[in-house]
Amino acid sequence: MRLEPIANPTSARRIGLPALALVATLAVAMLLALVAGANPLAVLSQIATGALGSKLAILETLNRATPLIFTGLAVAVAFRAKLWNIGAEAQLYAGAIMAVVLGTGALASPWVLPVSALAAMLAGAALLLGPVLLKTRLGVDEVVTTLLLNFIMLLLVSYLLEGPMKDPMGMGWPKSTPLIPEARLPRIVEGLRLHWGFALAILSAVVVWVIQTRTTLGFEIRAVGQNPEAARFAGMPVNGVLVKTALLSGGLAALAGWSEVAGLKGHLSSDLSPGFGYTGIIVAMLALLHPLGVVVTAIFVAGIFVGSDAMSRAAGVPTYIADMLMATALLFMVLAILLTKVRVVRG
Amino acid sequence: MSEIVDILISASFWAAVIRIASPLILATMGELICERAGVLNLGIEGIMVIGAFTGWMAVYQGMPLWGGVAVAMGAGMLFGLLHSTLTVPFGLSQHVVGLGVTLFATASASFTYRLMLPEVTSPPKIEPFQPLDIPVLSDLPWLGEAIFQQTALTWAAFAVALVVAWTLYRTPLGLAVRAVGENPAAVEAQGLSVTGLRMGAVIVGSGLMAVGGAFLTLSAFSSFFFEMVNGRGWVCIALVVFGAWKPGKAVLGAILFAAFDALQIRLQQTELGAVLPYQLFLALPFILSILALILMSRRAEVPAALMVPYNKGER
Repeated sequence: MRLEPIANPTSARRIGLPALALVATLAVAMLLALVAGANPLAVLSQIATGALGSKLAILETLNRATPLIFTGLAVAVAFRAKLWNIGAEAQLYAGAIMAVVLGTGALASPWVLPVSALAAMLAGAALLLGPVLLKTRLGVDEVVTTLLLNFIMLLLVSYLLEGPMKDPMGMGWPKSTPLIPEARLPRIVEGLRLHWGFALAILSAVVVWVIQTRTTLGFEIRAVGQNPEAARFAGMPVNGVLVKTALLSGGLAALAGWSEVAGLKGHLSSDLSPGFGYTGIIVAMLALLHPLGVVVTAIFVAGIFVGSDAMSRAAGVPTYIADMLMATALLFMVLAILLTKVRVVRG
Repeated sequence: MSEIVDILISASFWAAVIRIASPLILATMGELICERAGVLNLGIEGIMVIGAFTGWMAVYQGMPLWGGVAVAMGAGMLFGLLHSTLTVPFGLSQHVVGLGVTLFATASASFTYRLMLPEVTSPPKIEPFQPLDIPVLSDLPWLGEAIFQQTALTWAAFAVALVVAWTLYRTPLGLAVRAVGENPAAVEAQGLSVTGLRMGAVIVGSGLMAVGGAFLTLSAFSSFFFEMVNGRGWVCIALVVFGAWKPGKAVLGAILFAAFDALQIRLQQTELGAVLPYQLFLALPFILSILALILMSRRAEVPAALMVPYNKGER
């Protein structure tokens, strides 16, 4: 077999195939439910009710979506420039650390929130800057370096929680001292468990969208991603664009950790992120790297995770079904996107 | 300093080095085959998890240990088939597909584990591979303990490295695999199938990665934990680069890396360990991997067609 580009793909093809990928994922979900000895339709409906069935469930889904929007944006921005930032997990923790460093009394002014947010973004950006400079200067593959940094960062967090940041009142539980009230993100509506981090995430998506569609940098990022040689030939500072992309991407991922600490948890613990950095890759790919699409897919992915937790308690199907579905959706989706652009011919 | 010397001359240290190096050698050989054929396989981390899980589960269900190794290899090859189908004929991004395969394989292991053992809190144990008693050699003073009291799977790891090196450099098949990673169009012109060679390399390589994972459950530890692979797959990718895509150098790299790993575990027990946080020691392998990548970055020995999909008839 070989692949032949399609000059003008029909809109049925461009929309139908990604939709088909989602349907195929649903089919896999039902198959997994069958394997687990549960009623497939009941499992699907329990996931849906668990994610959206009540006010509480919807708020939980939106809370879970918040860090995923940030990490999804971080990945989308980077992948658009073919910068393979797989280190969103580490950058997330860098942001979370800054929230604790500045939010536990070191800075007691009304400015603590914006200052710690900015510091978080800088920390995340700095963490990705290293791998990117290694890539542009020495040609070291950033996939491996950013992946390895995830492990180093988790160990650093573990050290901080047992040492300098340890909560003296923690009863031996590894968590940091709690944030002071001024350093906490307030709730959007009093009485509803949803903090301003969610609003900030959506705002970030809009900002990224504006950068990508309305600025020179956005144009350069796309050009570098599509064809770095052509971009260089056209006189674009390819390495400079990659560095700027990295700063943006690392900063966004750091906000995920910052908002989890400042908005949701109020302290840092080593289980702050159940792999939000990696799930961000799925969120970004499902959104076809579109920043506004990231908001939608993050809520969808969060819903699957929240719903699966609820379903698992009721139907006894392991909650890891959510991870399987997300990975399946990712693989189906990349194939579907390819097939919108090429057709398979024999020979 | 004298403590470090004491550690370095102890036989148990070298026994540990060889033990720790074994899964790395197996998985690194797997990745090396894939990359020599031109395919970066980031599925390695997840495939090691699937190997660790399926091999262990097969033995737990009553299969013999070697049966477990075979099951792990088969499972790894299935995921290799998935990876190579998407990356070779379809030419999809090897980064995205590799990560997808890792996520899918890891999730499959977790899901199946919970499905088959819904109630257990502490993971059940199996009877793992025991150290082989080799006549005369195992009883040698120092050397016996340091080198010749390893399990069969460790010997298998070194044998695999030899076979991989021999196949790559001494057989027509190896020549074809290397050529397909350098200049696929030339291979096609010879009438060989680029798709077949690359898919075959990824499938066999993934099988080896899974056996590397199975080493963890069947030889090193006796149970399966969710986090047990813990970045070893990513370390192996760094080892392939460090070994300049050559099997011999990659094995040396794995041993060197294992030596640092064994040393950091032992240093934690010394005065140094009392002063420095243990997390620093645990981070050492990952820091070393990054340093290795930086050190080797100037060498242009990367297979020329690594990560370049081949589409017949496209110029």
